[in-house]
Amino acid sequence: MAEQKMVNLTIEGRQVTVPEGTSILEAAKTAGILIPHYCYHPSLPIPGVCRMCLVEVEKAPKLAPSCATSVAEGQIVHVHNERTLEARKGVLEFLLINHPLDCPICDQSGECELQDFTYQEGRADSRYREPKRFNPVEDFGGDVLYVPNRCILCTRCVRFMDDVAHDTVLNVSERGDRALIGKFEGKDLTHPWAANVIDLCPVGALLSKDFLNKARAWELDRAASICPNCTQGCNIMIETRDDSVVRFKPRPNEEVNKHFMCDYGRLNYRWVNRQDRAELPMVRVNGVLTATEWETAITSAARIIAGKSVHVIASPMLSNEALFLLSELLEHNGGKGVFRVATGDEAPLPGVEDLALRRDRAANVVGAEMLGYRRTENPLEGLGSGDVLIVAGDDLEGLSIDVATLPADVVVIGTSVPRAIANPSAVLPITNFAEEEGTFTNLRGRVQRFTQAKAAPGLARPSWLVLGDLLGAMGAQTQFFLPSEVFANMAAEKSHFAGMSYDTLGMRGLPVLQGAGTA
Amino acid sequence: MGYPHKSHQRETTVLSQHFGDVAARSLDGWKQRGGYRALEKALGMAPADIVNVVKESGLRGRGGAGFPTGMKWSFMKPGDGKPHYLCCNADESEPGTFKDREIMRWTPHALVEGCAIGAYAIGAETCYIYIRGEFTEPLERMEAAVREAYDAGILGGNAMGTGKRIDVHVHKGAGAYICGEETALMNSLEGRRGNPRIKPPFPAVAGVFGQPTTINNVETLAAVPAILMNGADWYKGMSLSNTKSTGTKLFSVCGNIKYPGTYEIVMGFPFKDFLYDLCGGPLDGRKFKAVIPGGVSVPIQTMEEAEATLMDYEGFVEHGSMLGSGGVIVIDDAQNMVRVIARIARFFAHESCAQCTQCREGTAWTTKILERIRDGQGTMEDLDTLMSLAHNMTGTTICVLSDSCATPVISGIKKFGHEFEALIHGKRVHPVMAAVA
Amino acid sequence: MTGIKSPESASHDAHGHEPYEPVFTTGKARDELNVLLGRYPTKMAALLPALWIVQRERGWISEGAMAEVADVLELTPAYVKGVVTFYTMYHQHPVGKYFIQVCTTSPCGICGAEDVVKSFLQHTKTGELGITSADDKYTVIEVECLGACGFATPVMINEEFIESVTPEKVPEILARLT
Repeated sequence: MAEQKMVNLTIEGRQVTVPEGTSILEAAKTAGILIPHYCYHPSLPIPGVCRMCLVEVEKAPKLAPSCATSVAEGQIVHVHNERTLEARKGVLEFLLINHPLDCPICDQSGECELQDFTYQEGRADSRYREPKRFNPVEDFGGDVLYVPNRCILCTRCVRFMDDVAHDTVLNVSERGDRALIGKFEGKDLTHPWAANVIDLCPVGALLSKDFLNKARAWELDRAASICPNCTQGCNIMIETRDDSVVRFKPRPNEEVNKHFMCDYGRLNYRWVNRQDRAELPMVRVNGVLTATEWETAITSAARIIAGKSVHVIASPMLSNEALFLLSELLEHNGGKGVFRVATGDEAPLPGVEDLALRRDRAANVVGAEMLGYRRTENPLEGLGSGDVLIVAGDDLEGLSIDVATLPADVVVIGTSVPRAIANPSAVLPITNFAEEEGTFTNLRGRVQRFTQAKAAPGLARPSWLVLGDLLGAMGAQTQFFLPSEVFANMAAEKSHFAGMSYDTLGMRGLPVLQGAGTA
Repeated sequence: MGYPHKSHQRETTVLSQHFGDVAARSLDGWKQRGGYRALEKALGMAPADIVNVVKESGLRGRGGAGFPTGMKWSFMKPGDGKPHYLCCNADESEPGTFKDREIMRWTPHALVEGCAIGAYAIGAETCYIYIRGEFTEPLERMEAAVREAYDAGILGGNAMGTGKRIDVHVHKGAGAYICGEETALMNSLEGRRGNPRIKPPFPAVAGVFGQPTTINNVETLAAVPAILMNGADWYKGMSLSNTKSTGTKLFSVCGNIKYPGTYEIVMGFPFKDFLYDLCGGPLDGRKFKAVIPGGVSVPIQTMEEAEATLMDYEGFVEHGSMLGSGGVIVIDDAQNMVRVIARIARFFAHESCAQCTQCREGTAWTTKILERIRDGQGTMEDLDTLMSLAHNMTGTTICVLSDSCATPVISGIKKFGHEFEALIHGKRVHPVMAAVA
Repeated sequence: MTGIKSPESASHDAHGHEPYEPVFTTGKARDELNVLLGRYPTKMAALLPALWIVQRERGWISEGAMAEVADVLELTPAYVKGVVTFYTMYHQHPVGKYFIQVCTTSPCGICGAEDVVKSFLQHTKTGELGITSADDKYTVIEVECLGACGFATPVMINEEFIESVTPEKVPEILARLT
């Protein structure tokens, strides 16, 4: 590989060394300097139109747009001097003259770059005394609402639809101060990735209809996670208010999803908030399912399973950690582990390589396969009458089940009790992915961490904790206090994960070892 | 007197010699007047030699920027394996300017010839002449001339029997001043909104259709045949002032003046003589008050400044303005400067492409304030705001439309501030209105 | 007002216009377009010329026209609309039989262009800029610089360019049109 030429320059007095061809704006980022900007976005073509990122390059007569100016050897760049500040103040004032200043009723408030930069550097007052321009709100279709009065014409949305989604349904219409983002009658933002324009919009001009008026940005709690809705494994932020998930937002990861996520994944979050959950550990006492404390439930379940062949129906929404512990149980007792996956049509984002809403609509299909589970349409096939059936996370919906053929002992480890299991032997309530910590392995074999976003309902416990305790009750020596310990154990035993730990994974993940087989 | 009047003896008619001569429009008529001999000569020369002659002649871009034409041509690298393009900028839209219109109306073949020579010189097989959509007659004349040139084998796959391909196509604009900006013109030609492009890349590297491109104004290209025929020294020799401004230049004159029209003079001609002698001076009973010498984008001159000016690139700068497009707008004492400037600002607000923030919002805001002052609703604070906006709109955007809107505001307030103040303080400064009342 | 479309209104689009009849299916316009396509390395470059053909044939650029042009040039209707709305010479609404554009930019403005506009508004009985007269004959608009400033006031009526128009000449010009 040819050596990349490096360029040295000074930005705000700091020495920066970056590869040739880097923009001043990106070079400044490496030195921890944010040059305010609107139209620039790292995943989109550069139009250089908002003129917010103007910087002073010594010896250049005019201020330079840092997004569109490449670094040069020996350059001395000023971001925060009187001249650049004055220029930005000017831009901010211009952007606000026709803006309705309706932050109190704007969803973007609190995460609005116009608000942020105005607060940081803008004028305290406006000199504008003329009538403001007005355009009505427009439903752009899909999940997107357009509020033109707040629009700053940065054109990120237009460029995303053109250059990334390859579906030119948005345009800049008209010109001069009459210009606004337009679309063609009857052609809506129905592209499966269209809602990204909402995230890309730096102001409150493009809003999510789903999120409309739901919460103020500053009321939200955020947790880094992985979208569970297909095998792509888009990095996301789960945002909650009062312990309820109110939206999924993409979290940048150059290796997986850039800055994007699909509409299906984005909007498919309501199930995380379901209230009809299994909240208490239960065991069957004299034929009646009875709530009990965890210790009793674990001991009972261990007793039921002990010495018997097990048939595990696992959910591919379970973490690697949970699936690993279940596989240990399988190994200990003998039996088989299977899973099934809901599927749908693949929907790629054409402008980004290898990014799509995938056919398999569950997060950890690859993880389940690597850990020895067999994919099947009929998970009950081969279930022996003497087996213990362990239903882990699967709701068994959509399967034709002859209740009479079910074995006497069924242990449910899940977020709810499947309707098909009328009288389980034991129910061990676990948390869903948003309520616990763990890892998923995406379709390209990338292992990625997710963190806890909301509290567990009732007495439900994280899957890894429940399964770890169950194994302990069955005689295993290791006790797990943290999911990272489960992961470390897995990494020691399963060659795919060799050498990995939560620390090395970080929040961007790592690919599994190529060609490794399950030990 | 310049066209539509008879030529004045102090004019030097190179380009305008045949203005008004209907017979010069046809191919035969043009050939009888010496047409296409320069192209024939050019096709026998090495392209680099043509570029050198143009360089030597001192010819500078007549569209407004005044960039040396030969140097611009030399940026095109022959033999890079890419298609090269020549674009002729016939989007003449700068208010006050109508010289290119006359070239295309009267001597369309002069432009076809200039285009063909230019294309050959820069290694382009295709030249597009981008003509503004409102120019119905020039469009018709140019299309007819191009057709004749194809029919006669002057253009096409075997241009003048040399085996070289030179295609010239007329492309009709659709109403957008900004398409006269070269990168906007290229976008428009490609079927896009006429948005100026960020530079670099420069057109000579990646221009229209992403290929090396040169853009020249109509008058620039039309001057090339005569330069080739008469030599660089002849052209260079035509200057009354300094060696940086050579040759003849067309000036279109309009506004409150006796003989508006298109005049051709040698660079360095005294502006005072031009206004009073060639153009006949003010209308009866009136006096000149101000001149905008190079289209509405350049600073307004007081008469004192104008009368001291020698008409060339440097001369106008020396006296507070610029040569620009050579569109001379003369304003007399019957006019109110605030009214004039407000109307200029409205023009730019109408024409802003909407890309850059300062321009999109600034041109409209400036217009609103100026019109408020014009209507007697202004305050002294508005003048400070106008100057501050003009400052924010200068040198901060992709193209210079924003600067162009700020320019007359700045020069207007500086040089004619009393007219603003009078309106703000409720005094009538409109002599005509006063006379009527 | 029953909410059920009558057969008459069903044959019109949402704005009450006649349904759009494609221009480029066959014949002269198609041939013209094919010639144009040969002039440029991209199909997109034929967009402005194609829109001119549609306007010539249909009088204005309707949404149906934008969709047709988009289809023919492998663009999207939204893209075409973005371009159409940029250029002021494309009519986005039907206009009068005589579309009268009076230049009022500064150089003409200081030579009395406003009075020329007034005269046209009065004599065409349109009364207001951009409004089409009741008989669908005239639409008068102010236009930015027509590039004939030395011949103030220039007026364009459809494709015809008339120089040095004064308010007094307006009735005579209008009389000549019919």
